[in-house]
Amino acid sequence: MSLLDVRDLSVVFQRRGERPFTAVDKVSFSVEPGQTVGLVGESGCGKSVTSLAIMGLLPRRGNKVTGEVFFDGADLLQLRPDDMRDRRGRDIGMIFQDPLSSLNPVVPIGVQVAEVLERHRGMDRKAALKEARELLDAVGIPDPTRRLKEYPHQISGGMRQRALIAIALACKPRLLIADEPTTALDVTIQAQILTLLKQLVDETGTALIMITHDLGVVAGLCDTVNVLYGGKVVERAARHELFARPRHPYTRGLLDSVPRLDAPRGERLHAIRGSVADNIPWAEGCAFAPRCDNVVDACLEGTPPLEPTATGGDLRCNNPVSEEVAVP
Amino acid sequence: MSDPITRPGVAAPRDGADPTGTGERPASATERGIGRLGDRKKARLDELARASADKGGVSLVRDAFRRLRRNPVAMFGAAIVAVFILVAIFAPLLAPHDPAQRFDELTKNLTVDSIPGASSGFPLGSDPLGRDFLSRLIYGSRQTLFVGVLATLIGLALGVLIGAVAGAFGGWIDNILMRFTDVMLALPALLLAISLVAMASKSSQWTVILAVAIVNVPIFARLLRGSMLAQRESDHVLAARALGVKQRSIVLRHMLPNAMTAVIVQATLTLSTAILEAASLSFLGLGDPDINRAEWGLMLGVDGVRYFEVRPELAYYPALAIIVVALGFTLLGEGMREAIDPKNRR
Repeated sequence: MSLLDVRDLSVVFQRRGERPFTAVDKVSFSVEPGQTVGLVGESGCGKSVTSLAIMGLLPRRGNKVTGEVFFDGADLLQLRPDDMRDRRGRDIGMIFQDPLSSLNPVVPIGVQVAEVLERHRGMDRKAALKEARELLDAVGIPDPTRRLKEYPHQISGGMRQRALIAIALACKPRLLIADEPTTALDVTIQAQILTLLKQLVDETGTALIMITHDLGVVAGLCDTVNVLYGGKVVERAARHELFARPRHPYTRGLLDSVPRLDAPRGERLHAIRGSVADNIPWAEGCAFAPRCDNVVDACLEGTPPLEPTATGGDLRCNNPVSEEVAVP
Repeated sequence: MSDPITRPGVAAPRDGADPTGTGERPASATERGIGRLGDRKKARLDELARASADKGGVSLVRDAFRRLRRNPVAMFGAAIVAVFILVAIFAPLLAPHDPAQRFDELTKNLTVDSIPGASSGFPLGSDPLGRDFLSRLIYGSRQTLFVGVLATLIGLALGVLIGAVAGAFGGWIDNILMRFTDVMLALPALLLAISLVAMASKSSQWTVILAVAIVNVPIFARLLRGSMLAQRESDHVLAARALGVKQRSIVLRHMLPNAMTAVIVQATLTLSTAILEAASLSFLGLGDPDINRAEWGLMLGVDGVRYFEVRPELAYYPALAIIVVALGFTLLGEGMREAIDPKNRR
């Protein structure tokens, strides 16, 4: 049985007097224990909202979440708020994008790590601080004893993200959701953090949902990749399959727009034309159709279905990129 | 740090240099070398970190305090406040006489048209009732400090309570509390204070304190509620929620301490307005009815105004004292605001 099974998850934002906006539209995917799953897409495609909906962290008012999120056999969306709160941090951890603003500026790092240990493992402050020291050491923070007493603004961005990872993994959750964990960091630190994440999830057997717009991150980390567009999964494939043979024109476009070292000098970077603003509603056809090079008449006649592919993935496209075209 | 040999970490790579000098290594040794290099790097980082270590962390508060100390204007304000507090504390030692005692030397020459000025033993002369004016001024600082601090603290406590509850819960609780504070804010502060004092059957210094406190409640409540709401949307509160931290801890540990900075600064500024408001109430005759109690607003309002043409000093000195003290608190408060403002943080 899957560790996490998301079925037809939809999130609709609705404000009084405004047209409802569907941020996440019947997204389904599953995560096996110890597996790393990527959610990929550009800004506004519903990646973060999906993760917040799974965690039950969306505001209580102004939105409607439907579907099922089975974690360990229980539907997280049906849990009482108190039960869900007990699970957060203990069974499911989460790391956010901006490590500085995700830490409480007026509380020392040590206390922030200790807090979650006190909360979920019933430790007293002294034992929790001792454990916090070891956790900081495990995520590669130098001189952890001193860092315990320091405040977030005193340590570097990379170290802050390491501290956040230590906090998220403090209670050895079975699932970790990382929402763009490296976006706010510079490239060398990004690589360090990704290596650390990979090492930690391998060591502890934690499953990881990696939310990112960076295909480089996906290439190094994920077992399975879900490509989201306009709130829907448009392609799902194993990592190697996705990079070797992208089928959806959007996936193809994303891959083409990654700068390559072996490209001829002076060649312009390939970009997907248009922007998310050109999307048409899914009900009228494929949301990507206005930006798509492969568009056919069927694309404007209702939502294309998500159909299994021969290679074990799923694809939502009427006229996929033909398999013969190999990406250089 | 100038000597490269003693610099931590500089010596380390030497130890790791190829001792044979041949430069030829089997592949396995190279791999091991990378592992050792990693360890060494971490050890070196540890060493560097220790070398530059100061004791423990520097909290935001201490950081802000350091910036405050570098601000000459704020320090000037702090000096005024410090002198004022010292005078208030040591008033019995500083004042040459009992402020309530009427002296024969002074009453002897006292008429409606002439109030004795400086004489030996009475550096600032007499007040209209033959008491030592300097002693009354010095004792007045006690009353001013007492009223100002207490009114601010009571206002702060009530305001923080209302603001924290409104900001933490939101929804209809927030709506009710904020409409209530809006009503209070809509009334001019002094008018509200006068009405509150007038409502009391018997005015005493406590009615003044309470009136000034209540006037300041909505200001604190609004301010705290605003920053609590901002905190509620902040990333670190979301992160705390993602860790399953209990609502109570989120409010008390994550939201309130971060939201309090603005309120603490406001409290310093409020001290000066509270002193002014208390003095205004006394000036208008709504203060403490005890004529023996020395109070700057009362001295200015009753004696100063009535005998202004006879001896203007009776008005000048209490007015000057009020102005200087209020200025001191204002400068200190402004300095604190600047020091705490994250935009000034390097």
